Amino acid sequence: MSVDLNTVWFILVGVLLAGYAILDGFDLGVGALHLLTKSDHDRRIMINSIGPVWDGNEVWLVTGGGALFAAFPDVYATSFSGFYLAFILLLVALIFRAVAIEFRSKRPSPGWRKAWDVSFSTSSIVSSLLIGVALGNVIQGIPLTADGEYMGGLTGLLRPYPLVVGLTTVALFAMHGGIYVVMKTEGELQAQVRSWIPRLIGIFVAAYVITTVLTLLFIPHMTTTLRDYPILFVVPVLNALAIANIPREIHKGREFRAFLSSCAAMVFLMALFGIGMYPDMIFSSPVAENSLTIYNASSSAKTLQIMLIIAIIGMPIVIAYTASIYWIFRGKVVLDASSY
Amino acid sequence: MDVEILSRLQFATTIAFHYIFPPMSIGLGLLLVVMEGMYLKTGKELYHQMTRFWVKIFGLIFALGVASGIVMEFQFGTNWAAYSRYVGDIFGSALAAEGIFAFFLESGFLAILLFGWDKVKPRTHFFATLMVALGAHFSAIWIVVANSWQQTPAGYHLVERGDGFRAELTDFSQAVLNPSFLDRISHVYMGCWQAGAFLVLSVSAFYLLRKKHTEFARASIRIALVLAIFASVFQLVTGHSSGKGVAENQPAKLAAYEGHFEAEAPADLYVFGWVDEEDERTLGLAIPGFLSWLVHGDAQAPVTGLNAFAPEDRPPANLVFQSYHIMIAIGMLLILIALVSAFYAWRRKLFETRWLLWVLVFSVLGPQIANQLGWLSAEVGRQPWIVYDLLRTSDGLSASVSSADVLTSLILFGLIYLMLFVLFIYLLNEKIQHGPEESSVREGRMA
Repeated sequence: MSVDLNTVWFILVGVLLAGYAILDGFDLGVGALHLLTKSDHDRRIMINSIGPVWDGNEVWLVTGGGALFAAFPDVYATSFSGFYLAFILLLVALIFRAVAIEFRSKRPSPGWRKAWDVSFSTSSIVSSLLIGVALGNVIQGIPLTADGEYMGGLTGLLRPYPLVVGLTTVALFAMHGGIYVVMKTEGELQAQVRSWIPRLIGIFVAAYVITTVLTLLFIPHMTTTLRDYPILFVVPVLNALAIANIPREIHKGREFRAFLSSCAAMVFLMALFGIGMYPDMIFSSPVAENSLTIYNASSSAKTLQIMLIIAIIGMPIVIAYTASIYWIFRGKVVLDASSY
Repeated sequence: MDVEILSRLQFATTIAFHYIFPPMSIGLGLLLVVMEGMYLKTGKELYHQMTRFWVKIFGLIFALGVASGIVMEFQFGTNWAAYSRYVGDIFGSALAAEGIFAFFLESGFLAILLFGWDKVKPRTHFFATLMVALGAHFSAIWIVVANSWQQTPAGYHLVERGDGFRAELTDFSQAVLNPSFLDRISHVYMGCWQAGAFLVLSVSAFYLLRKKHTEFARASIRIALVLAIFASVFQLVTGHSSGKGVAENQPAKLAAYEGHFEAEAPADLYVFGWVDEEDERTLGLAIPGFLSWLVHGDAQAPVTGLNAFAPEDRPPANLVFQSYHIMIAIGMLLILIALVSAFYAWRRKLFETRWLLWVLVFSVLGPQIANQLGWLSAEVGRQPWIVYDLLRTSDGLSASVSSADVLTSLILFGLIYLMLFVLFIYLLNEKIQHGPEESSVREGRMA
C-alpha cells in the first residue's frame, strides 16, 4: 500500500467517522438504554450525563459528511441520493432526538416527559440502526450503474447482512453507552447499570461474531487485503483484546479504563472496516468495476492538498479543545439549575 | 409535481426554517460577548444576570439551529447529487472547512456557556462565550463562501468527466474571495446583527411595558440599541454595494430585482410596483433614471434589462421583484425605528414612550422577514442556474430520487418543522415570561 493523497483522505474520513462513532456512539447508546431506567430522577441523570456534549458529538457526523463531500464528492452524492429515504429517516430521527433532549425536562407533567423519553430512546435506536444498515450495505456492495448511481431504493437496502450489521451497531452503541453511564453516575443508578454491562457485552459479542462469520462466508472482498498483508491481522487481535478487557476493568471498578477499552475497540473496528474496504468506498455488486474507489470518486489533487492543510491546522485545535471540554465536565453527573 | 419543483420546494422550506435561527445566534452571540465583557470589567451583578438570561435564550435558539442544520449538510447529497458531483471539489471544501473551523468551535464551547457557570472561572467562561460567537461568525463566512461561489464562480476550471464536466479548483483564494463574497458576507452579518439586536430590544421593551425587570430591560436596551443603529445604517451601505455587485456580475438577477426589461436603456428605480412578465413591463411608482444613477453614478447610463436574456434564462421576475422590494422597505423601516429610538433615548424618554416600546416589541419580526426575503431574492434571482451561467438547476438533481421520495420527505420535514416551530415559540415564551433571575442565588430550573 503506497500512501498517496487519496489514501490519506480515506484515512482522514475514517478518523472523522471513528470520532463520530466513539462520541455520538455513547450518547446514542445512552438513549438506547434510557427506557430501562424507571424513575424520573434516573432518567434526568441519563440525559444529563450526555447533556453538555451530545451537541458537539453530532458535529463529527456533520463534519464527516462535509469532509466526504469535499474529498470524495461522488461517494457523498451516490450514498446520500441512493440511500435517500433511509437518510431522510436518519435525519428525522436525529432531529427528534435533539428535540427530545432539549424539551423533555421543560415541563413537570409525567405524560409530557414520558412522551419525550420514548422519542429520545426510539430515535436513538433508530439512528444507530440506520447508520449500521447503511454501513452494512456499503460493505456488502450495492448494484451501481456505470455512472456510479444506485437505483435500488429503500427496499433494496433492507437485506439480511446489512440488517445484522445494523443490529450489531445498536448493540455496540448500547454497550458503549452503558459503560459511559457507569462512569458518569453513582449510587443505585450506577449499580443498576453496572449489572447490565455483562449482558450488554454478551449481546454485542454474539452479534459481532455473527457479523464476522457472515462476512467471512459471504463477503470475500472484505478479507482480501487482510490475506495479502497478514501483518494486519494484528488489528482484529487488538480488537478482541480491547473487547475482552472491558469486563475485566468493569469488574475492578475502573470505569474510565473500561470506557477507554470500548473506545479502542471501536477504533479497531473502524480500522478493520477501512482495511476491508480499501481502496473501494462503495463496493458495487454484482458489477465490481462500477465500484466507487478513492481514486475514481475523489476531488482533484489540488483540493485534496488544500483540504489536508486545513485539516492539519484545524483538527489538532479541535481535538485539543474538545478534550479540555470533556476534562471540564469530568466526574459524576450532578443536576443543577442549568441541567436538562 | 416533478422532482425539480419538489426538491426546490424542500430545499427552500428547510433552509428558510433553518435560517430563522443562525442570524439570531450570530447577533445575540456578539451581544453576549459585550454583556459578559461588561460583567468582567465592572463586576456588576446586573450584567451577570443579563448574560445568564440571554445565554438561556441563546441555548434554545442554538438547539433549533443545530437540529435544522444537520439536514442542510446532507441535502446537497440527497436531492442534488448531480450538483454535488459538479461542484464538490470547491463547494464541498467550503462546507468541510465550516465543520472544522466553525461547528466544532461553536458546539464545543457552547457546553461551557450553558453548563459551565459553576465549573470554570469567569474569565474562562467569557473566553467560551467569545469562541461561540466567533464560531457562529466563522460558520457564516464559509457558508457564504460556498453560496457566493454558486452566484459568482471563480478560481476554477471545467474538467471533462464521464459524459459531462465538473468544476475543479485552480485558485483557492480566488474561489473563496470570489467577486460577490465580501459584499454578501458583510450584508449577511449586518442582517444577523440586526436579528440579534432587535430580538433583545423586543423582549426588553416588552418587560418595560409590563413594568417587570425594568433595570435589566433598560440595560439590555442600551447595549442592543447601539448595535441595532450601527447594523441598520450600515446595512444600507452593504446593500448598496451588493446591488452594484449584482449589476456587474449577475445582470439578469439585477434586472429581476428592479423589474427592468429593456435590454440596453437607462433604468428607473421602482419604489413599489408589479412586474408583468407576460407583457414584459413593470407598473408602479418609479424614480426616473435613479437605478442607472445608483449603479453607474449617471442617470443616463444604460442598465442591462431582462430582454437581453432568452426567456428560459430569466428568473421569475415578479417574485424576485416583490421580495426584494419588501426587504428594502423593511430595511428602511428598521433604520427609522433605530434612529427614532436613539433620538428618544437621547432625550431620556425612550423607556416611558409606550407607543415606541410597542413598535420595538414587534420590530423583532423586521430582520426575520427581511433576512428571509433577502435570501429568497438572491436565490430565486439566480434561477434558472444552480451555478450561475454554468449549470442549470434542472441539471443538478439526483438521478436516483423519485418525486414520490421527495414528496414523502417534504411532508415529513414539513410536519416535523411545524412541531419544532410550535415548541420553539412555546419555550421561548416560557423563558421570556419567566424572565431573568432576580437574585444572584439562582432558583433551580423545574426539577
